[in-house]
Amino acid sequence: MLRLDGINKLFGGLTALEDVSLSVTKRSITGIIGPNGAGKTTLFNIVTGLYTQTSGQVYLGEKNISFFAPESLASLGLVRTFQNVELFGQMTVLENVMVGLHTRSKSGIFSCAFKIPSQIREEKYIKEKGLKWLKFTGLTDCADLNACNLPFGKGRLLEISRALAVEPQIILMDEPAAGLNSRETVELAGLIRRIKELGITVVLVEHDMELVMDICESIIVLNLGKKLACGTPREIQENAAVISAYLGEG
Amino acid sequence: MDNSRQLLQYILSGLSNGAIYALIGFGFAIIYNATGIINFAQGEFVMLGGMLTIFFLVFLHLPLGLAIVLAITIATLVGIAFERLAIRPLKNAKPLSLIIITIGASIFIRGAAMLIWGKDTHALPAFSGNDPLYIAGATILPQHLWIFGISILIIILNRVFFNYTIIGKAMRACAYNSYAASLVGIDVKTMVLLSFVISSAIGSMAGIIIAPLTMTSYDVGIMLGLKGFCAVIIGGMSSGLGTVLGGLLLGLLESLGAGYISASYKDAIAFIVLLLILFFRPEGLFKKKETERV
Amino acid sequence: MTKERRQILIFLFFAAAVLVTPLFLKGSYFLNVLIFIGINTMLAVALNLLLGYAGQISLGHAAFFGLGAYISGILTTRFPIDPWLAMMLAGFCAAGLAFVIGFPILKLKGHYLAMATLGFGIIMYIIFNETVGWTGGPSGLSSIPNLHIGSLVFDNDWNNYYLIWIFTLGVMLLSINLSQSRIGRALRAIHDSEVAARVMGVNVRVLKVQIFAVSALLSAIAGSLYAHTMTFISPVAFGFNFSVEILTMVIIGGLGSIYGSFLGAAILTMLPELLRVFQDFDIIIYGLMLILITMYMPGGLISGIEMLAKFVMSKIRGKQSNA
Repeated sequence: MLRLDGINKLFGGLTALEDVSLSVTKRSITGIIGPNGAGKTTLFNIVTGLYTQTSGQVYLGEKNISFFAPESLASLGLVRTFQNVELFGQMTVLENVMVGLHTRSKSGIFSCAFKIPSQIREEKYIKEKGLKWLKFTGLTDCADLNACNLPFGKGRLLEISRALAVEPQIILMDEPAAGLNSRETVELAGLIRRIKELGITVVLVEHDMELVMDICESIIVLNLGKKLACGTPREIQENAAVISAYLGEG
Repeated sequence: MDNSRQLLQYILSGLSNGAIYALIGFGFAIIYNATGIINFAQGEFVMLGGMLTIFFLVFLHLPLGLAIVLAITIATLVGIAFERLAIRPLKNAKPLSLIIITIGASIFIRGAAMLIWGKDTHALPAFSGNDPLYIAGATILPQHLWIFGISILIIILNRVFFNYTIIGKAMRACAYNSYAASLVGIDVKTMVLLSFVISSAIGSMAGIIIAPLTMTSYDVGIMLGLKGFCAVIIGGMSSGLGTVLGGLLLGLLESLGAGYISASYKDAIAFIVLLLILFFRPEGLFKKKETERV
Repeated sequence: MTKERRQILIFLFFAAAVLVTPLFLKGSYFLNVLIFIGINTMLAVALNLLLGYAGQISLGHAAFFGLGAYISGILTTRFPIDPWLAMMLAGFCAAGLAFVIGFPILKLKGHYLAMATLGFGIIMYIIFNETVGWTGGPSGLSSIPNLHIGSLVFDNDWNNYYLIWIFTLGVMLLSINLSQSRIGRALRAIHDSEVAARVMGVNVRVLKVQIFAVSALLSAIAGSLYAHTMTFISPVAFGFNFSVEILTMVIIGGLGSIYGSFLGAAILTMLPELLRVFQDFDIIIYGLMLILITMYMPGGLISGIEMLAKFVMSKIRGKQSNA
């Protein structure tokens, strides 16, 4: 589904990523872990087009998306959530999810301003789909609240709903469990499993080892910009190099 | 023979205007480097310098030296008030809000000037008379010498301050990383205030030395501010050589353009340069490209 | 009552009030003021689309207003071009110019964008002033013909009021539609988090330029209407001061609120009428308004009115449940 080939990223004199190659199986839940500064978010940013790699290629399915801008990736089925939840604070919860449907709709400025019939129909469709995704993540009651007024945990769920509205093939989540309490984390695990059941590939960067070991089928470990190991949770847990890299973490 | 004399004249006026733009540009750079904001009101301090001096000189009949000192002092006080009232309370505001407030404050200052002094243009008498000197075929007014002299002095003082004094270095530290600076005991708030003090002082001085050559009125701030902004953009937001070169370059382009292409479009030339730089090299002509670590 | 129903009702009520008002003001000078409020509302709404929705600041919008006015004026005085055609051409030209400079200028952010638009506005102002052969320079352009539909000529306050306000209501309605739509959401998304908008597939760069062009188009049409109703235009009306005035209207009324733009336009158009001494104080008052509203009521007067309405409603409901 997703394949990275020899990704290098240098920031001036600093090597953030060195020759990282990995691949993600379709319809799997893959975790990317590693100590702080390992380059996980940098990797995400490269895949999602926010950074450009110094060298290396990124493939989505058969397509080489190495230098694609972020806005073209949504229509190709790749979407992400952010570590610092990037909600559209001034819009309602429902409106946030409706933005996720931007690539599933096409009314332009003229159609929208003059409210031509096809735009009215499309708007109805967008709203229905939006509500459907809110239901999926359990946020239906919050639909008309302003996104900036949501408690943090619900804000995370909103970001995920919004990403799901894109109807992606693959969703990249950047530390989705950060800041969640244990109950919320368990609910998140359930949600991610349900997302996988929809046929969507999930890749997550995470620090919460319990969550990672619980739901991920395959784990990739990064350390100091290099790929350290990759395998099933059990294999990773027993990997000496990984253990020493974490120095007792997990 | 006549052509080269004319060329020399254009170069001279271009350089003297350019020096002013460079000084105004310093004001932008100093505040930007200390706070990360562009002081939209910078041009107004330049205006205040000239207008206040005229006020003290012509209406209160104070001697020129005293008028100048008072003008700079008051302009600096306005700068401090501006920082206290408009900038400090808003450190955490949305960027758009901050822009609108700085625009509002600069308009306020301009409006106050219009209220106090009306819309007329005024002339500040030259510091040491109007008898021209003839050097290498060009006519130089004494005021030009004042402009060059004072500009060079300010540039040197600036360099000494920022590179060789503790306070100056502290300000530079704040510019690079205000959190780290505060951790080592630098009072960031004071540094910010100081940046406004220095900027308004330099800005008003610039306004004073150019006032005898160009008429001054309540609304010269916008044009001068924009041109100073252009100089500092060319120079890469530095308060050093880059901005000096930027200012001089702008002054020359403006002067030569006005002389050889069209005088009435003189101001448009500066703003076209501004747009071109912002469009194609917003990091300035002299800066090496930096990579940003996120 | 659904939100949509209520919105349509509010608009119909507003439109009805607008269309009925002249009946009470026959022959009054106030009608003339209302015409200006109409034009200013169009300008404020146009800027609001760019600033309130997409979050891009422009300090040079008077330039598009002036461009529309001058193109209409020049095409109808120096050439025998039909005023309505001239208006369309003026709109296209302004939109075209906005498209061309939009791509480079909207790459800039914050203060840099503000400075660039300011520079652009001043360049246009200088062009209006200096191309005396075309624009008449500082003395202005006069004898601009009125608009007419068949034998109905728009040459008096009564006719002009309806002409201007039909356009203004149209612009307001189109903008309200836009704000509730996919495009409006995309614009507001850009305002709140450009990076997230991009990840959701919004083509931020192109959309910003598109809305900039729409904003320029509407401003130019307002300019054209202004030229044909005033029959005389001069550069003074199209400079930095007026750009600031339009900005102030948008801010006072409330960023992102179409009715707010009307409110802001109404207040700032009437202020000089109400305060005879306003002439001298105008700039200082604009500055103060910008600062105070942004600091203490960032949603503008519309948000203040909404809060008041909510407060009153809750008091009424409180009384009803106690009774």
